[in-house]
Amino acid sequence: MARKKKKVPEINASSMADISFLLLIFFLVTTTMDTDSGITRRLPPPVENPDMDVKVKERNILNVMINKYDKLMVNGKACDISELKDKTRDFITPKPNDEKAPEVEVKEIELIGNFMTNKGVVSLKNDRGTSYQMYIAVQNELAKAFNELKEEVSMTYFKQHFNDLTDKDKVEAVNKAVPVRISEAEPEEIK
Amino acid sequence: MAKFRKGGQKEVPAISTGSMPDIIFMLIFFFMVTTSMRETTLKVKMKLPAATEVQKLEKKSLVSFIYIGPPTNTKLYGTEARLQLNDQYARVEDVIPFIEQERLDRPEADRPLLTTSLKIDENVRMGLVTDVKQELRKCGAFRINYSVRKGE
Repeated sequence: MARKKKKVPEINASSMADISFLLLIFFLVTTTMDTDSGITRRLPPPVENPDMDVKVKERNILNVMINKYDKLMVNGKACDISELKDKTRDFITPKPNDEKAPEVEVKEIELIGNFMTNKGVVSLKNDRGTSYQMYIAVQNELAKAFNELKEEVSMTYFKQHFNDLTDKDKVEAVNKAVPVRISEAEPEEIK
Repeated sequence: MAKFRKGGQKEVPAISTGSMPDIIFMLIFFFMVTTSMRETTLKVKMKLPAATEVQKLEKKSLVSFIYIGPPTNTKLYGTEARLQLNDQYARVEDVIPFIEQERLDRPEADRPLLTTSLKIDENVRMGLVTDVKQELRKCGAFRINYSVRKGE
């Protein structure tokens, strides 16, 4: 019995373009390109008994205050936001022989070895009337100072930019060498 | 000597549309990969403040959002900055139950890694922000992220 092979009819693919267009338009409409990015911070745990003040030596604190008119004060002196980064940078750089600079502590850090870390704390206070914009601007300047120092440490010890470090242990080491100590005080009124 | 050809003899060949679906598919895949669906409808206006030292939020599924800004419908709700959780306006006291709920929605192993992203309009006063931060401290949501726009 000679039988001709039945041919499977070809599927018409001309509507494929229409279907994919439809999908394309759907994704075009629903898409939002914004990647979420921001300044990451850790809040301190709640204070159990507010009367107990932790004593920190005065030389170890950089007092940053913002009042309700968005004016800045650093260690009791009025300051412009453009100077804040350099002041912070100066404050957090370990200076073992300076009596006025914050204390230093020699720590052993993996991959780096003995490293002098700074015990300084940046204390940030703001008024209830401060604008969020100013607050973020200040946080940004502080972050800039810390990132600069991290970059420096990363360059001296690993010969690599901090942002290019892929090894998690190395990132950890740099973060340990330059701890970001920003203390946000309990809210209070600032005149 | 060259002869002029008769007009109409050489037609422009039709462009093949056979590869069109492929091109469109390519675009689709691009959008499918980059897309992130908006889960909440915003009821507050937000112009995020600008900053340069930004870090990317890593795991999207481990982020809960708190929005603060002036209401979009100013005729109905005024211009005073409001707090938005999920799809509705909320009061500062609602932050703790909101965080508790967000925790319950995640697998137990991920709960300590939960980050709260604060999306706040740049003209909001810090008073409200501080109140929210105090609430977050009370319920142990210490990892926060101030959402900003990249740029000067």
